[in-house]
Amino acid sequence: MADWTDAEKSTISAVWGQVDINEVGPLALGRVLIVYPWTQRYFGSFGDVSTAAAIMGNPKVAAHGKVVCGALDKAVKNMGNILATYKSLSETHANKLFVDPENFRVLADVLTIVIAAKFGAAFTPEIQATWQKFMKVVVAAMSSRYF
Amino acid sequence: MSLSAKDKANVKAIWGKILPKSDEIGEQALSRMLTAYPQTKTYFSHWADLSPGSGPVKNHGGIIMGAIGKAVGLMDDLVGGLSALSDRHAFNLRVDPGNFKILSHNILVTLAIHFPSDFTPEVHIAVDKFLAALSAALADKYR
Repeated sequence: MADWTDAEKSTISAVWGQVDINEVGPLALGRVLIVYPWTQRYFGSFGDVSTAAAIMGNPKVAAHGKVVCGALDKAVKNMGNILATYKSLSETHANKLFVDPENFRVLADVLTIVIAAKFGAAFTPEIQATWQKFMKVVVAAMSSRYF
Repeated sequence: MSLSAKDKANVKAIWGKILPKSDEIGEQALSRMLTAYPQTKTYFSHWADLSPGSGPVKNHGGIIMGAIGKAVGLMDDLVGGLSALSDRHAFNLRVDPGNFKILSHNILVTLAIHFPSDFTPEVHIAVDKFLAALSAALADKYR
């Protein structure tokens, strides 16, 4: 789906290698639910999401954040084949979960912000550019089975 | 999506922390935008150097962030307060308003880096809403 230089591949691996899915996943998903409250529509069964504190303390949100973030691991390990890697996940989100693909873009941007907060200035503009290219490809692959 | 009293208070509070580093934050946000979204370079083809931290980027980043800082004081009437700037972007610069969202995202990334503990989800939503309202006001005169 996209061409990756060796430098880009090693940047993505290096960034991902420093991300603790169990920490970043819940932070990112929680932040999406707070900053874009209409996304809560997909999580009716998750219990109390009425306040920012409730969301960040909600164990189902945390668990699901780990699942979603964990799925990125597949893309990092299959960078030459991200489209195929997410084919069935894309189908599931399109045909069973009925998730608006705009949400993939939203989550990608919020995840980038959470990672930036963790890494600080080490998340240079060049590293951000490479990471966002990766996010763009992941989002495109997740959107690919919608039509 | 109009700004609540709480949003305005959160924006004013974080801007108190942004002000002393406003030029630096502006430069970094602009650098990030030009690097991660290379299509935005098309608006700056008249600059000799578009690399992160270059003279023109430093200068212009400071100008942009300064203007946004002024808009914090105009939150109760962004359309009125930004009218002249809107004319400029619409008729002189002719910047596609889609780019306002891109710059906003890079401002948020820069704020997350500079204020990892102050940039809470509540502050994030307030700043995101403020930048969106500002972008709409900046686009107000386009057509």
